[in-house]
Amino acid sequence: MIDGVIALYIFMLAAFTGYEVISRVPVILHTPLMSGSNFVHGIVLVGAMVALAAADTTLMRVIGFIGVVLAAGNAVGGYVVTERMLKMFVLAGKKKGS
Amino acid sequence: MLSASMIQTLTQLSYLIAAALFILGLKRMSSPVTAVSGVRWAGVGMLLATVVTLAFMRAASLNFVLVIAAIAIGSVLAWVSGKRVAMTDMPQMIALYNGMGGGAAAAIAAVELYSGNEHNLVHLTMAAIGGFIGAVSFSGSLIAFAKLQGLITKSVRFGGQKFVNLAILLITLGFGFMVVSGTGAESGLPVVSLFFVFALILGVAMTLPIGGADMPVVISLYNALTGLAVGFEGFVLDNAAMIIAGTVVGAAGTLLTQLMAKAMNRSLANVLFSNFGETSAAGSGSAAGTQKPIEASDAGVMMAYAHKLIIVPGYGLAVAQAQHKVWELAQLLIDRSVTVRFAIHPVAGRMPGHMNVLLAEAGVPYDLIADLDEINAEFETADVALIIGANDVVNPDARSNKSSPIYGMPILNADKAKNVVVIKRGQGQGFSGIDNALFGLDQTRMLYGDAQSAVTQLIQAVKAAG
Repeated sequence: MIDGVIALYIFMLAAFTGYEVISRVPVILHTPLMSGSNFVHGIVLVGAMVALAAADTTLMRVIGFIGVVLAAGNAVGGYVVTERMLKMFVLAGKKKGS
Repeated sequence: MLSASMIQTLTQLSYLIAAALFILGLKRMSSPVTAVSGVRWAGVGMLLATVVTLAFMRAASLNFVLVIAAIAIGSVLAWVSGKRVAMTDMPQMIALYNGMGGGAAAAIAAVELYSGNEHNLVHLTMAAIGGFIGAVSFSGSLIAFAKLQGLITKSVRFGGQKFVNLAILLITLGFGFMVVSGTGAESGLPVVSLFFVFALILGVAMTLPIGGADMPVVISLYNALTGLAVGFEGFVLDNAAMIIAGTVVGAAGTLLTQLMAKAMNRSLANVLFSNFGETSAAGSGSAAGTQKPIEASDAGVMMAYAHKLIIVPGYGLAVAQAQHKVWELAQLLIDRSVTVRFAIHPVAGRMPGHMNVLLAEAGVPYDLIADLDEINAEFETADVALIIGANDVVNPDARSNKSSPIYGMPILNADKAKNVVVIKRGQGQGFSGIDNALFGLDQTRMLYGDAQSAVTQLIQAVKAAG
């Protein structure tokens, strides 16, 4: 699907994108943003699912199972804490307006 | 029934949309106004990718059940812990979830490498690199979590540690080479297992000697590393969403790590390889003068009749959960037409922005919160600087004492204020174990006690001031 050179292009463009997206973030959002980017790499879940789905020995299944549990924890936990943090900023903003 | 190629196309399309939503989501998270919608956009992307993957998964029924069960277990555990954790403990939760992501990337690599079905050298190398980084990030993040959670209180340091760590690194790389080149299979050694075991040990060994004050930088670094690991495994699995999301996080996390290290005026190498805090140079003699205590009632009156008060919060505020009380105090003073500002050092607390999150939780409006560059000129015009559980970030030694380990770090110039009140639990040194010259200055008064109770007493004192 994705051959070597195309993969390198994707890698390069994604790296620039990540750099640009973060470089304009105010300091107050650094922690939520670290948390948010932590959530985004939770996409490892789809990879872990594919790996477990293809497992054909007990060892593979055990490792794959652990992988999916960990990945789901990364995605869900990352989302929950990021949303909780960011909601506070909205709250604080509204109070200021009132 | 959809044909295989259509399924392939639909899956790839959903990943493309997910990747776009991640980038847009991160972009929206860069402004307080759109931040919540940002994480929700990213969440929609994640949900889409997961559901499509699940729907089109061709797997034996046993594996299918295992996938569902694993998702359920991981999600419920993370959901409950994420909802319950106190805002003050957020940094270690991020470390924990990040470690889980690294572990998942390592698990994918392990499945690929153990299966032995993969013979493409490029893919094997990618899997091994991703597995290595993921495993280091996994065990390193768990140690960071344990340290911040207080499960590990000592920083393990010994002579020649760097060389031991270097040896572990070289051994890990050696096994990695054997795994990729296929020479391991002939030697009869369980090289794949040894490779992962040593990678895990390396993560532990790298993180153990790092002092708690440097943890924000370390967590951020591991966040970037997990992103990279996910990107590498994305190459192995031909998964564009993983490549893009992983690389974006890897790049963004690296930048964030640099920003943090810069705020502490230290290079990343310095954080990782110097044994900071070990300097028992505590007796540098710079802490001239003695610490002069003050009663809460006197401090309260001083603040009640001030024109301008600058509050400098630190980790002590987080530990004592005093953010709501501090805002109550600030509101009382504002009602008395005292000008109140909050000064946030970039590395106050355990993560950049940690204090901002706590103050936002208490409902402090953004416009009262200023960062280092904005506020530093204002200390000269402030009647009172109230330091709550902060230490190194207001230590004037960083400006003037070349022998101080934190020399050169930008600090908040609290010592320029006419009066300084420091709320501190005891007379001991701060987290980094460095004496603070500020505490001995003529205009400084120490208010000993837990931040929560001390601020409560201040509130009463201000109310009593009439």
